[in-house]
Amino acid sequence: MIAELGQFAIIMALLAAVVQATLPLIGAERLDSRLMNSGGQAALIQMLFAVLAFGCLTQAYIVSDFTLLNVAENSHSSKPMLYKITGVWGNHEGSMLLWVLILAVFGAAVAAFGRNLPATLKARVLAIQAMIGVGFLTFLIFTSNPFTRLVTPPLNGNDLNPLLQDPGLAFHPPMLYIGYVGFSVAFSFAIAALIEGKVDAAWARWVRPWTLTAWTFLTGGIVLGSWWAYYELGWGGWWFWDPVENVSFMPWLMGTALLHSAIVVEKRNSLKVWTILLAILTFSLSLIGTFIVRSGLLTSVHAFAVNPERGIFILFLLAIAIGGSLTLFALRAPALKAGGIFSPISREGGLLLNNLLLSTACATVFLGTLYPLFLEAIGGGRVSIGPPFYTNTFVPVMIPLLLLVCVGAHLPWKRADLLGVLGRLKFAGLATIIAALVAWYIADGGPLLAILGLGLASWMLLGTVSEWADRIKLFRAPLSTSWQRAINLPGSVWGMTLAHGGLAIAVAGMIATTAWKVEDVAVLKPGETLSVFGTDYRFEGVREIIGPNYAAVEGTFVLSQNGEYMATLKPEKRLYNVQKMPTTEAAIHSTFVGDYYAVIGDPDGAGGWTVRIYREPLVTWIWFGCGLMVFAGLISLADRRLRVGAPSDKKRTQLTSKTAEASS
Amino acid sequence: MNRKVLFLLPLLVTITIFGYFFWALTSPGRDPKKLPSVLIDKPAPAFDLVELEGLNVPGFARQDLTDNGKVSVVNIFASWCIPCLAEHPYMLTLGARDDINLFAINYRDKPEDALKWLNKHGNPYHRIGRDPNSRAGIDWGVYGVPETFIVDSAGTIRYKHVGPLNTGDLENIILPIIENLQEQQ
Amino acid sequence: MRVTIHATGLGLLFLALMFLIGSSLAFAVEPDEVLDDPVLEARAREISREVRCPVCQNEPIDSSNAELARELRLVVRERLVAGDSDQQVKNYLADRYGDFVLFRPPVKATTYLLWAGPGLIFLFGGVGIFFFYRGSRRQKAPVPLSSDEQKKLNQLLTDKNSKGDSA
Repeated sequence: MIAELGQFAIIMALLAAVVQATLPLIGAERLDSRLMNSGGQAALIQMLFAVLAFGCLTQAYIVSDFTLLNVAENSHSSKPMLYKITGVWGNHEGSMLLWVLILAVFGAAVAAFGRNLPATLKARVLAIQAMIGVGFLTFLIFTSNPFTRLVTPPLNGNDLNPLLQDPGLAFHPPMLYIGYVGFSVAFSFAIAALIEGKVDAAWARWVRPWTLTAWTFLTGGIVLGSWWAYYELGWGGWWFWDPVENVSFMPWLMGTALLHSAIVVEKRNSLKVWTILLAILTFSLSLIGTFIVRSGLLTSVHAFAVNPERGIFILFLLAIAIGGSLTLFALRAPALKAGGIFSPISREGGLLLNNLLLSTACATVFLGTLYPLFLEAIGGGRVSIGPPFYTNTFVPVMIPLLLLVCVGAHLPWKRADLLGVLGRLKFAGLATIIAALVAWYIADGGPLLAILGLGLASWMLLGTVSEWADRIKLFRAPLSTSWQRAINLPGSVWGMTLAHGGLAIAVAGMIATTAWKVEDVAVLKPGETLSVFGTDYRFEGVREIIGPNYAAVEGTFVLSQNGEYMATLKPEKRLYNVQKMPTTEAAIHSTFVGDYYAVIGDPDGAGGWTVRIYREPLVTWIWFGCGLMVFAGLISLADRRLRVGAPSDKKRTQLTSKTAEASS
Repeated sequence: MNRKVLFLLPLLVTITIFGYFFWALTSPGRDPKKLPSVLIDKPAPAFDLVELEGLNVPGFARQDLTDNGKVSVVNIFASWCIPCLAEHPYMLTLGARDDINLFAINYRDKPEDALKWLNKHGNPYHRIGRDPNSRAGIDWGVYGVPETFIVDSAGTIRYKHVGPLNTGDLENIILPIIENLQEQQ
Repeated sequence: MRVTIHATGLGLLFLALMFLIGSSLAFAVEPDEVLDDPVLEARAREISREVRCPVCQNEPIDSSNAELARELRLVVRERLVAGDSDQQVKNYLADRYGDFVLFRPPVKATTYLLWAGPGLIFLFGGVGIFFFYRGSRRQKAPVPLSSDEQKKLNQLLTDKNSKGDSA
């Protein structure tokens, strides 16, 4: 019964979405407030049915209802409960349902929090949001129905891919989807603005929190996936420029550009056309990501079941959504009024340069991801584009960006004195040189580029800190004054400082692990010791352990430095009962300066075991730095002035938008 | 330049990209997992493989491809490869012809397993070379078994098929190429 | 999306049969492959990180567990021991499997656009920004604010300052 209820719920959600996609739009044309208001109600109904459908599928997974094809293919009764639940989105159909659910939740959230939005804008945003929903609900119902019944249900299921039975990956897809789908709100706002022919500071102020929400979750999702790859795949790497990684990274790069350009619209009422385009492109890249992962277009380590029919369907949806919105852009954007002017050396100028570099970086990733396909299509043969390409193209684009982050943050609006700003950064510059020299000393030489890279990261960090110190007049005013100023700094300023600082820390970690990673592989017999980079790994032996749905061999290593005990590592090698698939569970001892990482491999048949040891310097900084960026996003969202639809002072908002219009 | 053209640019780029996507999804036979050979129209690599002992066919070397003026079909097979069994009937058909050579490279196989397999299913091959560590296979650019090459009488590789042959492949692709090559001589 | 769901049912079976060349639980470089000469071994690792395993989805031979990847790792080491340069080793593999196996696509006619692409995009954007600045400068010399606007601006500014605004 529960499956039929779920089936019914997604059909009802589709109907609600159809209503939401049409009535408010007509209402906005005719200025009929009843029709316009129906959008909010429909959004709520659509969300409730999406929640119901998702709940039904989850219930089927919890009770292991193998009469459902989806459950039988992707679950197993002996699976731990956590993975029964997360298995709901560990497959194409279920994850598509989650996608649709998140889309509906965002739609309902706009309806609920957008009380202060102008009625026509709100109606149009909700209608656009629902159009996306109609497309994907149709896709779900007609090509990827998770509620398909089996005539002869099996006694047990095929189980979830063991690699996915892991806490890191369990929550990676929902976060990633909240990110992807969250950008739909910015997209809907952009389309609505094109229809209305009006973009102003108020518009940017409404769009920013939604973009920030999406960005925060997308950052978290990408990091979670990367962290998972690091500890689960057992090769000590955290990023491989795989197409599936790239498609999540592209919306992130574009979304980051959007966050920054929206500030210019909000504060200076400029870069409006560009910001609209960014909003469209960011969500388009999210859609393309969804498409690439599910169409079998490119080969990747992590892709969904390949089904050309679904691929064509999504491609068709994408053509309507992206093609339609860009057509509207081509027709309506030229009529948007140009905004305030500014000199190239100014805060706006800095943000524009940031946008140029981020867009170039995004285009580079796009080119690298899809070039093999284009070349193949014109008969140019098959090529592979891997990490070396990105090291040579993406990294050079990022260097000026990172270099200029703290300079840009120091620049005042409209027109700035570059020398003056650089003068304020002289302490940061001096400290950077010292930091690079220290890094050079500690690393005992090492690749010059990596040393310079660490210098770059410390420049970015110190410059960011000095900008923050400037704001609170640290050491230039009594500490109590500074403290008071720090407390009074708006959340968005804290957010900026923390995000830039977090990025600097993460970059330092990325450079250090890439440049100074040490790796050793050997066959050890119990009692033998392998020495890697000054650390002794004594192999104590192995024992067999039985998990809920797997059998494993667990090795024990005792780590010591100069005879002093450090830690005990117990890596496992698991064999899952149902899918007969081996997985590695690396054991990691994390410290501030880096990770000690051990993997156990095969027995050699003569009492020895293959072991792999990695020394990953500063890798923890990547997770900490990225975590800081997520935290920064949340802090910024808590900013009262950004809180959705609730400006502190209504009069002020009206004034801002009026002045903005006057100055445009 | 008309400023409005600039606003059309994103749309035009998107249309182009979607064209490629559409091509990639619909072009028949496109399989991103299949790798076209770079050896087509190049001379076959040098190799000299020992015979499979216990079978009455000799080993297989580069020279055998050009010795008798016939077109050669070179099949890469192994006893552990189940699709090889699926295409075996077609190998038996090809092996029955005496106007072509049907040679085989026994890829990463134990000789006793290969012998048992051929005795059970029949040996269609005129020559079999053992390639236990896949070095000859690498020289031929082999990445999966079965693979089937067509080599002309001058020793030039003309065609490569990846995966098991089926009736359609044999009649529509393999045989016409062989005939064509024979006519050219 | 980093979800790994392989082709199901028959597709999986077929792929497994066709490509799973004697799967063992081994993965990546095994101790018996490692060369005694640490310099050569380091070069071998460097090369095998840039060589794509032809049977895998998108993995370098360095970290792949496919038999063919192992064999190619051994070939790389054999060529190095025989005195090949890094480039010669890569060419050796590309001659047999095509440019497909190289994660660093060689610069040639078919890849000019790829390698020049990022630079071209940056230039294009840069030129766009140049014209944007030129256009906005020519477009209007700042019109002095009307007294009404000035009043609003002042009001705004004081409002802003009192809240410690910026960002």
